[in-house]
Amino acid sequence: MNRIDQTFSKLKREGRKGLVGYLTAGDPNLAASERNIRAAIDAGLDVLELGVPFSDPTADGPTIQEAAQRALAAGTTLADVLGMVSRLRRDYADIPIVLFGYANPFYRYGFDRIAEDAARAGADGLLVVDMPFEESEELRAPLVKHGLCFILLVAPTTPPGRAAAILAGAQGFVYYIMVTGVTGARESVVSDLAAQIGALRQVTGLPIAVGFGVSNGAQARDAATTADAVVVGSALVRAAHEGRAGAFVRELRDGLSGRSPAA
Amino acid sequence: MSHQPDASGHFGTFGGRYVGETLMPALIELERAYRDAMADPAFVQEFRDCLRDYVGRPSPLYLARRLTEHFGGARIYLKREDLNHTGAHKINNTVGQGLLARRMGKHRLMAETGAGQHGVATATVAALLGMECLVYMGEEDIRRQAPNVKRMKLLNARVVPVTSGTRTLKDAMSEALRAWTAEVRTTFYVIGTVAGPHPYPIMVRDFQSVIGTEARAQVLEHVGRLPDAVVACVGGGSNAAGIFSGFLDDVAVQLVGVEAGGHGLATGEHAASIHAGQIGILHGCRSYVLQSASGQIQNAHSISAGLDYPGVGPQHAYWAQTGRATYCAVTDDEAMDAFHLLTQLEGIIPALESAHAICEAGRRAQALGKGGVVVACLSGRGDKDLDSVLAMER
Repeated sequence: MNRIDQTFSKLKREGRKGLVGYLTAGDPNLAASERNIRAAIDAGLDVLELGVPFSDPTADGPTIQEAAQRALAAGTTLADVLGMVSRLRRDYADIPIVLFGYANPFYRYGFDRIAEDAARAGADGLLVVDMPFEESEELRAPLVKHGLCFILLVAPTTPPGRAAAILAGAQGFVYYIMVTGVTGARESVVSDLAAQIGALRQVTGLPIAVGFGVSNGAQARDAATTADAVVVGSALVRAAHEGRAGAFVRELRDGLSGRSPAA
Repeated sequence: MSHQPDASGHFGTFGGRYVGETLMPALIELERAYRDAMADPAFVQEFRDCLRDYVGRPSPLYLARRLTEHFGGARIYLKREDLNHTGAHKINNTVGQGLLARRMGKHRLMAETGAGQHGVATATVAALLGMECLVYMGEEDIRRQAPNVKRMKLLNARVVPVTSGTRTLKDAMSEALRAWTAEVRTTFYVIGTVAGPHPYPIMVRDFQSVIGTEARAQVLEHVGRLPDAVVACVGGGSNAAGIFSGFLDDVAVQLVGVEAGGHGLATGEHAASIHAGQIGILHGCRSYVLQSASGQIQNAHSISAGLDYPGVGPQHAYWAQTGRATYCAVTDDEAMDAFHLLTQLEGIIPALESAHAICEAGRRAQALGKGGVVVACLSGRGDKDLDSVLAMER
């Protein structure tokens, strides 16, 4: 059983909702971002989405765009990100690490090579925002060969039949994009989320993580009511940029478990 | 060789659909609506009528006698897309996509633009069809293409300045894709070139293929035979794809795409994606892309805002790979010389984009010698570039 499946099984046993945190590797530089990531894990992340910076992140709002720019300005490459995964894996045996990025850096690195090297570094999966399942076979085959999950996304615009087709061979968990738009903090969480998650449960038995727009503990709790986990990206990137990644993760954790924020 | 992509938009290994899941259903719907429209004689007739009565087609094929004399070789014919309404070939495509948007029940158009020609052409069609229009344009391009910005505003379009990255076409397209992701249910995204996710490359080529269809018939009428070479500039490559389309099965006709050589290929400051790029994935398709060793997209450079793009349409990548078309580069300085040459010898002020094709047409004419025939696509007029040209020479 891979770490993603183990983690979601454990969450279920314990009756907890999962917290998936996204941070851009190399923002503002490799060493500082590793410190922030360790702080976030220590504060209670269940799954780490490690962002591979890309120059033209067309699915991201300003916060993650700027984080990617800072990471690239510091010279961060995919090879550096893999190095960070290896170091994190030495100290954190159990947390699933999913590389989260855009197709081109992986393509340029080589799909076979990234599958092999990511597995060797200790990653558990890849999520490629601009690679719909129709285009994914040439990456998915080597990932499967090396025991990694290819995480798929479903959007509010995805019709039910298409969701079923996407999820037919899916692994790990489903990333449900809650809002029609790019990443970034939103004022409130969508109202008919329960119905959307319900529809998704009809076509998949995989755990469902919801993301895009969650920026505080209360929103995290609302979003996770019917889902298995909630993903926090832009708000965590901003918190890390302000040097409070750990504190923010604790706030999200408290929100998820229904505790009011620590006074 | 097939000139059509496979069912999911691949030309060989190029093309495809590399976008976030949020946009995928819209692209699938667009492809279906597009196929449906093209199979409907009423739609095709309306498109043709609009090209004739509104755009002013057919555009002439003009024998540039003094330009021909100057180079002393093959006869040079110019396909006068500069004489279209709004002054460039871009309107052919926006008329097609605008009519398609209306057929799909959309009332809001959005577009990215570099030189502003596509933005103006989209804003024009939005006015014609009574639709709302949003145009994403890099701040740097807003500065260097000021007359087009004014035209778009007069046409009631909202010009959204893009301040990320190099503030040129690449970033305008990234921002337009982001905006479309949020507005995909209500808004029709009018892509201006033969790049982007399927079905845009083939749809834009089809709407622009009128250039090649006319040019082929016109050259046969003028000369009594097919040309030796057809030359067009390539940024994303829509005017080139349009004119090449007419000659794809005429294997003796050389198809020549001209990329922007900027300060010279050796300097690294250029926009020659086929020449100096590697295969990559940008803005929804796989093609040649200017990129670093770690897969980050690099900045393009060209004097011409319309060619200032680090990618190229996937079918051009395929034609380059299969050898059906060849691609060369013309530098900023060479394009500028051609700009003045055409202005002074023929009384035609070309767009800086088109000046790249004029330069290469001259070289081909010399190489072919007397008796040869070259057709160059004069994709747009140069009024929009006067400020840039004058500033450069000051």
